[in-house]
Amino acid sequence: MSERSAPGRGSGAPHPDAGLEAATKNEVQHLPSDSPVRFVTPDGELAPRAERNGYEFPSEKLLLSAYRAMVVGRRFNTEATALTKMGRLAVYPSSRGQEACQVGGVVVLDERDWLFPTYRDTVALISRGIDPVEALGLLRGDWHCGYDPMATRTAPQCTPLATHMPHAVGLAYAARRRGEDLVAMVYVGDGGTSEGDFHEALNFAAVFNAPVVFLVQNNRYAISVPLSRQSAAPSLAHKGVGYGIRSEQVDGNDAVAVVSVLSDAVAFARTGRGPVLVEAHTYRMDAHTNADPVGRYRDASEAEEWIERDPMTRLEAYLSAAGVLTDSDIKAANDAAEDFATGMRPQLNANPEVHPLEIFDYVFAEPTPQLREQRSQLEAELAQEA
Amino acid sequence: MAISMAQALNAAMRDAMQADSSVVVFGEDVGTLGGVFTVTAGLAEEFGEDRCFDTPLAESGIAGFAVGMAMQGFRPVIEMQFDAFAYPAFEQLASHVAKIRNRTRGAVHVPMVIRIPYGGGIGGVEHHSDSSESHYAHIPGLKVVTPATVEDAYSLLREAIDDPDPVVFMEPKKLYWTKSEASMPVRTAGFGQASIRRTGSDITLIAYGTTVPTALEAAEAATEQGLDIEVVDLRTLVPLDDATIVGSVTRTGRCVVVTEANGFAGIGAELVARIQERCFYSLDAPVLRVTGFDVPYPPPLYEHHYLPGVDRILDAVDRLEWEDQSKSA
Ligand SMILES: Cc1ncc(C[n+]2csc(CCOP(=O)(O)OP(=O)(O)O)c2C)c(N)n1
Repeated sequence: MSERSAPGRGSGAPHPDAGLEAATKNEVQHLPSDSPVRFVTPDGELAPRAERNGYEFPSEKLLLSAYRAMVVGRRFNTEATALTKMGRLAVYPSSRGQEACQVGGVVVLDERDWLFPTYRDTVALISRGIDPVEALGLLRGDWHCGYDPMATRTAPQCTPLATHMPHAVGLAYAARRRGEDLVAMVYVGDGGTSEGDFHEALNFAAVFNAPVVFLVQNNRYAISVPLSRQSAAPSLAHKGVGYGIRSEQVDGNDAVAVVSVLSDAVAFARTGRGPVLVEAHTYRMDAHTNADPVGRYRDASEAEEWIERDPMTRLEAYLSAAGVLTDSDIKAANDAAEDFATGMRPQLNANPEVHPLEIFDYVFAEPTPQLREQRSQLEAELAQEA
Repeated sequence: MAISMAQALNAAMRDAMQADSSVVVFGEDVGTLGGVFTVTAGLAEEFGEDRCFDTPLAESGIAGFAVGMAMQGFRPVIEMQFDAFAYPAFEQLASHVAKIRNRTRGAVHVPMVIRIPYGGGIGGVEHHSDSSESHYAHIPGLKVVTPATVEDAYSLLREAIDDPDPVVFMEPKKLYWTKSEASMPVRTAGFGQASIRRTGSDITLIAYGTTVPTALEAAEAATEQGLDIEVVDLRTLVPLDDATIVGSVTRTGRCVVVTEANGFAGIGAELVARIQERCFYSLDAPVLRVTGFDVPYPPPLYEHHYLPGVDRILDAVDRLEWEDQSKSA
């Protein structure tokens, strides 16, 4: 039994990776590359080969599907932001500028894999095929989670920072023990990497050799607090190294690089070689949420610089130049995104249906006598109002 | 053969693991060592380290990892080594374990047992004697259970493991070595049913976990004053058995609530409020509380001053308003 095996992996049912020697610390390069892995320059040109750090080009098919999902994601971000202005959503944390990460972390997954998103990752949800109205449940306020996590293999969007990370580790570990070779992809922000649960999750994942990919979306700010106040490490990717986790950093606005590095990470985890931490360097173009006065803590000029590194235009330029994407493909993608937005609008403009007595239904499997009493009380109040 | 509460708990886990292969036990020092109180002794040997294992020393990680495992159909029974060391896991318990069923409209539920040795009276240094049950009972979505007898320890733990909801299982460490001739397996009443440990007609003493033996002792001592005291053991705080409480207090007309935890904003306050709301016209005296003081649990040399003992309970009994003065000392 290898030193990195999970407890008791030598006994009981055979594991999907039985016979596969878990990588030893010597075989695995834990340190991230010195600068973020990059395939495409901000102008959409091919970056020097050395910047790829040995990663493979993703297939055209994968890149095209990522492109289409990103166009939808961008449109979704503007639509959802507009919906907050109309009072249709309680709040919306936009991921405009982070679409390469939002989509990249999802297109590399199989249906059997699990996604553990945060409040900012609604575009990742719709990229997974979750209905946009269901995906907006949390932010619309009609329930804490609008979709079925079991059916979609997508955990509820997590609001407390980093606390979903140990769940992903436990789930991935448990699934492997059950003989399923699924991978858990967990998203977290740069601020979240300072939380205790981030560190506990990394450590558990390494010790139990759990097939988890940690995707840190470093968008430079935690609300108003800049990265420099969050960490003094050479990169957030370096945080994995001390735990014995293979770690990498990638240009998070280069969709080609994101998809490449994450595909590799998922394959690595799936074949039982352990967890991977990927830091994606990106930028939150909008405010933290619609309610945040972004001008108080950062210069408009900073955002402008990042607009030049927009993941959308960059991928589009690259794919066009490579002859993979034609003008009519671009138009088709934009039309599809427009249809998507138009399709969700009437549903979101309608007032959500609420069922007040439902608040008592899911506290326990069976309500306690106290909850039954309180339910009757609300029922009587509702009858009186009617 | 007499068996201790710790052994009964151990037997409960063993039998549950035997009955259901999805039951796993993990935490700090629960494997090879068998737990600092030997409650998990022998489980790793018997079931393999797949079923009972040590984790990194990280309480939040343990609880969060259990959430993920429960989502995959496992039934984690996790041990928090001591009451005050469970606090790092508080966020996981409050934000996730308790809420995930609710957040997902019932689609995800995470049956698990969080075992916490709690309470004082064993001469522990600080952070080893907290009575933290109110913190958990205040969180909707967690069941909170605390046995006072060897039989209940076995039965309630089996039920906790079978329960579809997360259960915070508070183990009164002072009572770990209490013995009984009980033969295992034993099944007692289910969750949400209090037990009348001693019937009486003059006063109801309400206790749970650590304070049940003390209340019984006080009741016994009070017979010398000619008082006939009933002792109710709540057994489970969530769900709470209002019916038994109300029935008893309605009959006796007088009530003292006894908790080891400090009283302010605690379970005692909750009980007094409920009794006052439900039994007002049957009460012959205000409902009193006997609790620990509102101080951080004191150092070992002071704890006997802190812990509500027989005398303090009898003092409270004396303070109840007695129409028939002959009953008051
Ligand atoms: C435990 C916890 N503390 C504080 C907050 C309040 N809060 C919400 S978002 C946020 C900043 C998070 O920044 P980061 O992790 O970088 O993610 P981003 O919002 O940039 O995606 C804070 C402090 C929270 N959600 N959870």
